[in-house]
Amino acid sequence: MTSPVLSPYEPVAGGAPLLEVDDLYVEFRTDYGIVHAVNGISYTLAAGETLAILGESGCGKSVSAQTIMGILDTPPGFVTGGEIRYKGRNLLTMPAKEQRDLRGEEISIVFQDALSSLNPVFTVGSQIGEMFRRHRGTSRKDAKKAAIELMDRVRIPSAKERVGDYPHQFSGGMRQRVMIAMAIALDPAILIADEPTTALDVTVQAQIMDLLAELQKETGMGLILITHDLGVVGEIADRVAVMYAGRIVETGATDAVFSAPAMPYTEGLMASIARVDQKGQRLNPIVGAPPDLANLPNGCPFHPRCPRATDLCRRDLPELLEVVPGRRSACHYRDEVLRDH
Amino acid sequence: MARYIARRLLLAIPVLIGASFLIFAMVFALPGDPIRALSGDRPLSPSVQAQLRADYNLDDPLPIQYAKYVGNLLQGDLGTDFSGRPVSDIIKQSLPVTVKLALTALVFEAVFGLVAGILAGIRRKSFFDSLVLVSTTLIVSIPVFVLGFLAQYFLGLRLGLFPIAGLTEGFRSYLLPGFVLAALSLAYIARLTRTSLVENLRNDYVRTAKAKGLTPLSIVGKHTLRNSLIPVVTFLGVDLGVLLSGAIVTEGIFNLPGLGRAVFNAVNSQEGSVVVGIVTLFVFVYIFFNLLVDVLYAALDPRIRYE
Amino acid sequence: MSERTERDSQSSVPRDEFAGRTEGRMPGDGPVAPAHRPRDAEVPDSTEDLRQASLWSDAWRQLRRNKLFIVAATLLLVLTVMAAFPQLFTSIDPRERGVCQLANSRQGPGTNGAWFGYDIFGCDYYSTVVYGARVSMIIGLVVVGGAMVIGVFLGALAGFFGGWFDNLVARLTDIVYGLPLILGAILLLNLLAADRFFGERNLATVSTALILLSWMTFMRLFRSSVISIKDTDYVSAARAMGATNSRIILKHIVPNALAPVLVYGTIAVGGIIAAEATLSFLGIGLQQPAISWGLQINSAQNFIRSSPHLLFFPSIFLSVTVLSFILLGDALRDALDPKLR
Repeated sequence: MTSPVLSPYEPVAGGAPLLEVDDLYVEFRTDYGIVHAVNGISYTLAAGETLAILGESGCGKSVSAQTIMGILDTPPGFVTGGEIRYKGRNLLTMPAKEQRDLRGEEISIVFQDALSSLNPVFTVGSQIGEMFRRHRGTSRKDAKKAAIELMDRVRIPSAKERVGDYPHQFSGGMRQRVMIAMAIALDPAILIADEPTTALDVTVQAQIMDLLAELQKETGMGLILITHDLGVVGEIADRVAVMYAGRIVETGATDAVFSAPAMPYTEGLMASIARVDQKGQRLNPIVGAPPDLANLPNGCPFHPRCPRATDLCRRDLPELLEVVPGRRSACHYRDEVLRDH
Repeated sequence: MARYIARRLLLAIPVLIGASFLIFAMVFALPGDPIRALSGDRPLSPSVQAQLRADYNLDDPLPIQYAKYVGNLLQGDLGTDFSGRPVSDIIKQSLPVTVKLALTALVFEAVFGLVAGILAGIRRKSFFDSLVLVSTTLIVSIPVFVLGFLAQYFLGLRLGLFPIAGLTEGFRSYLLPGFVLAALSLAYIARLTRTSLVENLRNDYVRTAKAKGLTPLSIVGKHTLRNSLIPVVTFLGVDLGVLLSGAIVTEGIFNLPGLGRAVFNAVNSQEGSVVVGIVTLFVFVYIFFNLLVDVLYAALDPRIRYE
Repeated sequence: MSERTERDSQSSVPRDEFAGRTEGRMPGDGPVAPAHRPRDAEVPDSTEDLRQASLWSDAWRQLRRNKLFIVAATLLLVLTVMAAFPQLFTSIDPRERGVCQLANSRQGPGTNGAWFGYDIFGCDYYSTVVYGARVSMIIGLVVVGGAMVIGVFLGALAGFFGGWFDNLVARLTDIVYGLPLILGAILLLNLLAADRFFGERNLATVSTALILLSWMTFMRLFRSSVISIKDTDYVSAARAMGATNSRIILKHIVPNALAPVLVYGTIAVGGIIAAEATLSFLGIGLQQPAISWGLQINSAQNFIRSSPHLLFFPSIFLSVTVLSFILLGDALRDALDPKLR
């Protein structure tokens, strides 16, 4: 279910992109020093588009998502630069009340662990219904009805009987559906899914991803999928932004990026995938470990692990620049890397 | 839920039996003369001794003694004191005072403890928070009787704010002792509320609530508080049982004629039968409130109900 | 400090001790969820790269940096010395004949150079109070030590073997819990001690009574620690690597399971000291002419108006002692709880 390939900076027919993250910087001030979680990332999302943000744990992808939602823990997190524009308006400077109204109504998020993300002492029906009661002033009875409808929509069996059940009474996959129901309750324009299937087993994973894809087709909402799972990205994402050490290091259409990466980190990721024809051989991990975000190296943050690193890489931070139309890469040798594929 | 209640009830019964047996054994079943145990060094006239023998069936073999003892308990007969007055009378007379004192203390500790704890919890690391932490630690370190005397001295004598002893001034007489009695639990509740709130605020579902666009008031007041208060409410429940079980020291210091005072006097005058009778009542009340709180806990936390 | 002595010893420790006191209120068998998750103990045969991170050395390092710990530990050190060698603090021994002169009875501080004045018998109050430290410290340490031994022993057996033994111990615990500390002490001391076993109420009697009434929480804490540790992955791993049962017990289970017990024990010492003072105050603990802060406060209560110094000095010493133990326990708990790092 891929929609036509869209270039990152070409407006969707009809107007500006739905969401623009522009040169965002987020840092965490801890007792042990400043952790630079997000270092100047920019990406956009158009309506109906699925953008995957791909990266290892700790690369800052969830932080950027939380910043978009405005639910970053401040302190210790602080936004120190950049803008996040939703339909042209900067979310970061919006008054608190307006931001709150936006959350859930226009931009929603689904978290990884549904068990801890749902309040254990309230029924799922009341938690879903809360969306309506809060944003639309709906009555309890109507909210409950709406909750049942939503539970049906996300394919929770026996919705009417289960609307009064508590989160711990559901299985992992069902709980995640509850979270999705909550998130799409008010027909948001953007849904952020932060590692929605990481905690689930593979078969359930597939079901959830299918559900998300279907819902997106029905509603035309934009979907930002945050994940470290290459398989999931390949299945459902139109475009992908690869993150490393708090920066976006490559963007482009998923197929293009996966088949012909323009950045060594992406190269490494692709090479590390276990493939059937590798049977009997060793796997190819990327050597080394991700950098400490409190102590980033000079120059390109990937250079300690990069097989192509030169003195230039150790000195200068590469910018995210276009390498071919529709694709950007943050590597000094972007053209060479692309040519090699 | 019903199964849960039934199970807790069933579990409480052996505890009750065990406790009563323990008390019985401590007094009557150990080697030595039980009359001596009951009266200590105090000389008893032969008629009183005979009365005691009859009351406690001391001439019967031990198992029968215990059976009759339990039988008496179930009928509300808790023995008599050495002048023949039934212990249940003594209880009936002193109970209202203790109940009033206990309720006063409960209100104090609930209101002040919760408020302090909530304010400290939502404003962590603020001055108020530090203040609460420091003062609660201090209160907790000062034994109740010391606290009682200090309160009596400073607030009663020096500043003349409250009556220092006796029941002479009606309701006001309960204020100072109520506060002293509540002090320890107050400190505890404030700490517990604060910690519970802080822990719950760190929970993921708070993040979800924020992401749903709920107002801060709703997030704290509805979602977090409901979870945070569970341990506090259960504590309050048990505390009521404890408070009713006799604020022996507090009633002693402030000279309130409640159950604690009765026990205290009985201990001093070595009226063992009164001591045993009242203490048995205390224990049963305490166990009862524990049971009540178990049920309350299940009512508040749905995860428990289905065990 | 009567009926709530249990609480005193537990009061300022939120999770651990609260866990200890929800006995009977926790659904199910009343086992206590250990508030701390045991940290992975030393992994045998690890690569050179991994540091030997042990719970205790980390804890010690953290403690050293904690100011409150330093203060509390110093105070306790002073008090211990005072208890062991009161001669270092005062040249007067109030137990000697002829030292107390009734003529000096109840004189205030400063008279005749007596720092704390005189008590009702005309004894120098400063030396009396100093000698009072011995009783408190001895009783605190002996009772907690004894209760800890019983509790750990029973808890270990109940935790390892489970089954009917566990049930039996659990019921026994419930029953003794049904007896609030002071009430139980009244029963034991008043009814028992008279002339049955000890012949008088001395330190041994009071200690025994208190031990019998306070072992339960130690049992519960240790038992639940043992239960949660014996099933952990790292214990299974150690077993898989061929570690014998005793090695597993000694090296892995005990260090982790002991931590909450030690924390609670430290705070409990404060509580026991307060309990002894309360019992002596009530007249059912130590008797005259023993020297105990509780007895001193008891004597002082009739003279609050005329000679308040009789009340203040032992009260201050008592409170400071209890406070130090509580602070020590708090600091220990913070240092030993991995989650708080």
